[in-house]
Order: sequence, then C-alpha cells, then structure tokens
Amino acid sequence: MTENLIGIAASSGIAIGKAFLMIEPDLTISKSTVSNKEEEVTRFHEAVNAAKLELQKIRDRAEIDLGAENAAIFDAHLLVLSDPELIGTVECKINDEAVNAEAALQETADTLVVMFEQLDNEYMRERAADIRDVTKRVIARLLGVEVPNVGLIDEEVIIISKDLAPSDTAQLNRAFAKGFTTDMGGRTSHSAIMARSLEIPAVVGTKNATSAIKQGDFIVVDGDNGEVIINPSKDVIESYVTKRNQQEVEKQELLLLKNKQTITLDGIHVEVAANIGTPKDIESVLENGGEGVGLYRTEFLYMERDSLPTEEEQFQAYKQVLEQMDDKPVVVRTLDIGGDKQLPYLNLPEEMNPFLGFRAIRLCLEEQTIFRTQLRALLRASNFGNLKIMFPMIATLEEFREAKQLLLEEKEKLQQEGTLVSDHIEVGIMVEIPSTAVLADQFAKEVDFFSVGTNDLIQYTMAADRMNESVAYLYQPYHPAILRLVKMVIDAAHANGKWAGMCGEMAGDSIAIPLLIGLGLDEFSMSAPSMLKARNQINQLTQMEMKQLADKALSMQTSEQVKRYVKETLGV
Amino acid sequence: MTNHTYTVVAESGIHARPATGLVQIASKFVSDISMEYKGKKVNLKSILGVMSLGVGQGASISIFAEGTDQQEALESIESFLKSEGIIE
Repeated sequence: MTENLIGIAASSGIAIGKAFLMIEPDLTISKSTVSNKEEEVTRFHEAVNAAKLELQKIRDRAEIDLGAENAAIFDAHLLVLSDPELIGTVECKINDEAVNAEAALQETADTLVVMFEQLDNEYMRERAADIRDVTKRVIARLLGVEVPNVGLIDEEVIIISKDLAPSDTAQLNRAFAKGFTTDMGGRTSHSAIMARSLEIPAVVGTKNATSAIKQGDFIVVDGDNGEVIINPSKDVIESYVTKRNQQEVEKQELLLLKNKQTITLDGIHVEVAANIGTPKDIESVLENGGEGVGLYRTEFLYMERDSLPTEEEQFQAYKQVLEQMDDKPVVVRTLDIGGDKQLPYLNLPEEMNPFLGFRAIRLCLEEQTIFRTQLRALLRASNFGNLKIMFPMIATLEEFREAKQLLLEEKEKLQQEGTLVSDHIEVGIMVEIPSTAVLADQFAKEVDFFSVGTNDLIQYTMAADRMNESVAYLYQPYHPAILRLVKMVIDAAHANGKWAGMCGEMAGDSIAIPLLIGLGLDEFSMSAPSMLKARNQINQLTQMEMKQLADKALSMQTSEQVKRYVKETLGV
Repeated sequence: MTNHTYTVVAESGIHARPATGLVQIASKFVSDISMEYKGKKVNLKSILGVMSLGVGQGASISIFAEGTDQQEALESIESFLKSEGIIE
C-alpha cells in the first residue's frame, strides 16, 4: 500500500531504497531467579564479548571515517565493558543472589549511573550516559535483540529515525546512506545542515516516519518537495528514477560552470563562496567551483570532544584550509558557541533563553584565554593564504572594538616572538542582530566587511525561536522588514568603500538571489552543493533590472507578496 | 609495595582520554595498582573507578602498586602521565 508523509525539505535530491529504521528496541527486562548460576555467568560473559566485538567494529569504522581523536570515545566504552568494577560486581550478584544476568547488570549499572550523576562536574555526569549506552548494548545481546547503529550499515539504505544526533550524522557513510528522514527537526537543525553538506537528500520533521515506516519498506525520499513515499507502485518509482536521472544530467551541465566567473549580464561581478565546518569540506568547495569560503564555522573544532583544542591543533586546521583554497578569500568566524551549540566541558550554566544569552562573542570576550588562543592560531595561519577574520553576534561597537583590540594585542605578541603575521587580514563582523543592521552606517567606518547571517537575523527580527516548530511560519526571509535591514547593511558598506556578503540560508535561495543582486550584495556564501546553481542563476540576471525588482519589493507589505512578485516577474 | 604522589597540572585534570590510557597501561601489569585522591582509593584497572574520582587541576594523587612487576608498573604510569601533560 502506498502512503505519503509530508515533512520539511531539508536537503535536495531524490533517494530511493530500502528503509533502515534506527529505533531503540524494547529493552525492558524482568528479574527472575536462576537455578544454574555458573551457566548464567557464562551467558553474561558471552553477551559482554559479543558487545565488545560490535563496539570494536564501530570503533574501527569511526577511526577510518572520523580519525583517531573521534574514535577515542569508543575506546572508553570498550574499557567499561572490561571494567572489574562492573563485570566483577555483576558476577558477584549472580552468584550471591541467584538472579538472572539482565537484572544483575541493570541493577549494577543503575547504581553506577546514580554515582556518576551525583558528581559535581558536568563532564563526569555525561559519563553516566556512556554507562547506560554500554549497558544497553549488553542487555540487547542478553535479550537477543539488535541495537541499530549507523556505523554498522554496510548496504545502501534510507535511514529513518526520530532525530539524528551529531555523532550519528558524523558516522553516516555517503556510500551506504542514500538519504534520510526524521520525525523531528527543521530546515536549520543540525541534521538538516549536515545532510546538505554531505549532499544526502533528506526530509525532516515528518512527525511520524518511525511509526509509519517498517524495517525494509521501500522508500522514496523527495528532498525537493519534502515528501516521503512508502512502498510506491512501479510507476511511481519509475517517475522518480527518471527525475533523479534528470537531476544528474542538470548537475553535469552545471559542472561546466565550475571554472567560470559569477557575473551578471550587465557585467557586475559577484563572488559565490561556500560555508564550511571542517577542512574536510574544502574538497566539495573546490569540486563545486567555489570562489572562496564565506563562512568557516570554527566551532566544530571544539565539539565532539572533552577538552578545548590546543593552539597548535587549531593552527593546523586553519593553515590546511587556507593552503587548499590557494589565495582565494577565506572568512573565518571566531568561536560561536552557546545557543543550540553547547560544549559540556566548559561547564556553562543552563540558560532560560540560550539564543539571547551568553554565546559567541559575548562568551569569548569574557573567557579571554579561549578567545586569545584561537586568535593566535588564526594569526599564525594568516601567512598561508588570504585570511579574513569575522566576529559573530556583534551587538555594539564596543564589542567589536574590544575583540579587535585583543586581536591586535596577540598580533603584537606574536611579532615580538618573531612569528610572521600577515598585514593584510581584513577584520569584519557578522550582522545577525537588528541593532547592528540599523547602526551599520556607524559600524562601516570601523569594520572591513559585513556578512549578514540570515538565520539569526530573521529569528531576532521576527522574535521567533528557530528551534521551535510552532513558530516556524515566522521564518520569512523575503519579509520586507528583512530586506530593508539587508539594504541598510549593503548601502552602509558601499558608502564607506567596504564590501557586504551574506552567509545564511538565504544567500543560496533562488527567490532571494535576484533581490540580493538588486540590492548590490557583493558576496554570496552558501552550502557548497548550491553554488553552481546560484552562479548559473546570477549569470542570467541583469543588475539594473534587479535593482527595480528589489525597489518594488522593499515597498511591499508581506513576505508572501514579495515571493509571488519575484516568481511572477522572473518565472523562478 | 611501592607508591608515589603527584600534583596534577593539566587544565582539564584526568579526563576521558588520559583516563582511558591510564587504565589500558595499568591493565598490562599483574600487580595490584590503585590510585588515591581525597582519601578515596580506586582500582587503576577500572575506568569507572578512575573517572569516578573526578580528578581536576591542582589535585594531589597517589599511585600504589603491589606485585611482582610493581616497580615497572609505577614507572610506566609515571612516564605516561608526563607524556600526556597531566603531571610535570
């Protein structure tokens, strides 16, 4: 029977294949008395050994795909499974109380979890999760059920899950994970962003994919229209296969633009650049003809680990990106942590309103040791390419001045130590806070460039939490209020001989692009796979005409009006 | 039995990675090996034991080893702690 699910189109493309459900199996256990204690202990050891083998496999895969640093967490898990405190206690329990292995393990693990949760250190408290994770694996073995893990997939599948954790998406192998769909999440949730950068078609926020889809069902994920089709008929499959092949042809045609410039019909040159998270992403930037990196999100260097990255580690990462980009501009955003991105090892207090709280530059100006380390690493790397430094979440001029002052101090120190530092580093800010957009004319006198971060600018201007699905309708990039703010930023930059870019979702949006060309935007930074499409579109526009289009849109009343107007005028 | 006391200088103390390494090294020896911190003594061959101590920067820790290879064990552990920058 055919059934369709509607969700949010998170990553474009079409994926067709067998469903792989990532659902926690029922691991409820019951306590019972055993007559043969020796046999029970043996059964326990066998389950532990099987779990170890499984973990070893996951560990090895993680080491190949993600590097030794990221595989280390599984080493700790393996040690837990050999731990005399755990194994010995369970054995004693089986022997002393004649209980079954499941109950003995569960009770022992529960005691340990409680102990770790009581420690006054956030990092140690998180270890309680490790114990639970490892225990789950052994209990599953004892019960004879399987715990799904993306790291163990070795055939082509479509992944179906409630939500994908960053560690899950990090383990996704493009060769096997053809697409995914989740119950939760939105266009800007972590899993959606990862899907776009991995170029895996994805539909998120379907609400009930995990209950509607069964293991092994045949699935079509339509990442362009946000649709998931379960067990489609032959005809439907065929039409999607045709569509997928067409997309492949279009992709090949776009590749012809790879080494071309981005230039309007009336000769205005703009830059199409990429947003990246790790040095690994450069490959895709170059494959897709990027003219630069418009946003390097450095927080990934700090995430998925248990301590801060050293200056040397950071230096190596920045140097690698700059060298590979070969003198093309690379805009590095300094640490943007807080909001939906937390670092457990910093032990920051939980906030009622994290998006309005202690995050990004606010945190960096307070925790200066962390910030100075990053600035030093960046300055040291500056000689290896065309580095531009960008501070995130700037709300006031004082914040910018203070951040720049710290940068200059570190530069002087390095020079005194005899380290070469480039004298041509541009220093700019991200415009995400309405106060900064409104005061752009004053900022423009001091900064070297602006980059509009639209995801946050929209959330702060519309007062709509972008993690809250109930207010997702307020995410309106074409709203005249947003367009006016963007115009203020671009005009202020140009009046002072500076440049203005954009590094949010909006920069790669086919309806927004004509408007942004009309407003005079200089740089468009987006996910790497969107770049050639954007270049193709811009190369067919005339800036003079787009200026009129934008002027008209600025005087409209609603986002819907603007959208309709652009669509009707340009047929996009 | 042999033992030695050290001061932890690493900013993040004995966190997961060095704890993992410590247990892996201790497990290679036949001697009974333990670590004491704030009056609590744990088996150094137990990752849960080591992590439950929550050893932070500035902590004073003692390592005890007893058995046929106690001297060698203590030396290996000390050089590991130094190489990880946990002690000076």
